[in-house]
Amino acid sequence: MISIEGLKKIFSLEKKDIVAVDNLNLNVADGDIYGVIGYSGAGKSTFVRLINRLEEPTSGTIKIGDQVITSLSKKDLRVARQDIGMIFQHFNLLWSRTVAENIEFPLEISGVEKSDRKKRVLELIELVGLAGKENAYPAQLSGGQKQRVGIARALANSPKVLLCDEATSALDPETTNQILRLLQDINEKLGLTIILITHEMHVIRKICNRVAVMEQGKVVEEGTVLDVFTRPKQPVTQKFVEQLTGPDEEEEDMTELKERYQEGALLRIQFLGESANQTVISQLVKNFDIHVNILQGKITQTQVGSYGTLIVQLIGNQQKEAMQYLEEQDVIELEVIQHA
Amino acid sequence: MLEELFPNVTIEDLVEASQETLYMTIIALVGTAIIGLLLGLLLFLTSKGNFWENRLINFVVATFVNVFRAVPFIILILLLFPFTDFVVGTLRGPNAALPALILGSAPFYARLVEIALKEVDKGVVEAAKAMGAKASTIIFKVLLPESKPALVSGLTVTAIALIGYTAMAGAIGAGGLGNHAYYFGFQRKSWDVVFVSTVIIVIIVFIFQFIGDAITRKIDKR
Repeated sequence: MISIEGLKKIFSLEKKDIVAVDNLNLNVADGDIYGVIGYSGAGKSTFVRLINRLEEPTSGTIKIGDQVITSLSKKDLRVARQDIGMIFQHFNLLWSRTVAENIEFPLEISGVEKSDRKKRVLELIELVGLAGKENAYPAQLSGGQKQRVGIARALANSPKVLLCDEATSALDPETTNQILRLLQDINEKLGLTIILITHEMHVIRKICNRVAVMEQGKVVEEGTVLDVFTRPKQPVTQKFVEQLTGPDEEEEDMTELKERYQEGALLRIQFLGESANQTVISQLVKNFDIHVNILQGKITQTQVGSYGTLIVQLIGNQQKEAMQYLEEQDVIELEVIQHA
Repeated sequence: MLEELFPNVTIEDLVEASQETLYMTIIALVGTAIIGLLLGLLLFLTSKGNFWENRLINFVVATFVNVFRAVPFIILILLLFPFTDFVVGTLRGPNAALPALILGSAPFYARLVEIALKEVDKGVVEAAKAMGAKASTIIFKVLLPESKPALVSGLTVTAIALIGYTAMAGAIGAGGLGNHAYYFGFQRKSWDVVFVSTVIIVIIVFIFQFIGDAITRKIDKR
């Protein structure tokens, strides 16, 4: 469990004080993949650097497990940092070292015996899928491979926490997905807590179970990914959700839809996750004497199931029964737009 | 044929003079590398926002470096006469040139070291910090290895400047090819000796440059 209380960071720049992180409170449970999303300048990068005190907090406390990070001496902090892995947007590998030597570096720092180091490095190379690249130099690797080295290096000392600072922002979409899958794998296999900073909503959608939205140094919205997705309260959150669903043009469209599809019932079905909903539409058609005409919609996958909206037209004899069936599904929110 | 073209050139003298030049250059280069690295590290590490940020030490080191770089080398040798006499015990011969050679080129190299260290990716240093590395670990396992090509090419530039300095030191009695060209060439109006000495100095410069470039290429894995 990571608990952060009243965390504040003020940068003093030539008489002007800039509040990068402002009275931030956050709890991250063990084993979570916790996403922090925000636009650049929201303070999220500063925030993640405060966790391992690469930046010294101006005030506030950070607790990881039983250890109060913010009250550690410099020496104790160095030891504590060996339990906090970190990966970076630009990988930050040592170009002068091979893949194996890069991964070995944190083990040298923590004083692991040489023979044990070699063994551990081989394990890690296997874990991140870089077998055969041990003796390559970073310059010979692709971006995705470099980040794999970064991940292996961050995991070398078997940390309890992994901090990811925009770890996929320099990668193309396909590589991003591979790296995210690897992070998810590691989270499941090693049970390690991941805190992930990003400005891309689909990163959150892909692997996070909880999310905090940051704006101007504050967490403006926090909760399970699905909750925040389906009921975004803050304008900034709504903007992020639009990254996935496209802008919300439904309101204008409704009058047109209503006019064009006057027959039967016009419904808005909102999917709120859980995996059971996968077959709702086909169940509907199978069990009732109706036809379903899908008019508009967007469904996307999150860690806990599908999320999205469908606008459908029901035509046929059993419209009432079908609607009742839909209302009984607790993973669905139903809104009747028009019923002839 | 050679004897007709270069009547005053004696091979033995040239070999001895070349050996003296190489001796001075290499010993001074070793001293310059050590002192320059230390001063460069000190300049870098005590600068603003770095590990050992310390305005006083930074100011003192920077002033020392600037003063010694500002004094023309030929004057530096003369100014250092008492010091050289005290340390080496003589004012003549290749050994007498060493203090001036090292003190003249170490500050120059120190600035090149500082520039090389500044070029090291800040992110890599940050990554090492995030792993819990001590300052000494970061210096010896990150800063120095990551700046190695720039340190070597800087040392190559310094070595070539040093060869020039040995010739100047030679003119006031330190031995070597500069000494040879001046006393046995210029003063006796034996222009062939001046010419051959110059050619050998140029060849030595080329060799140093070649070796430096080769090492830099070999260690640069970027």
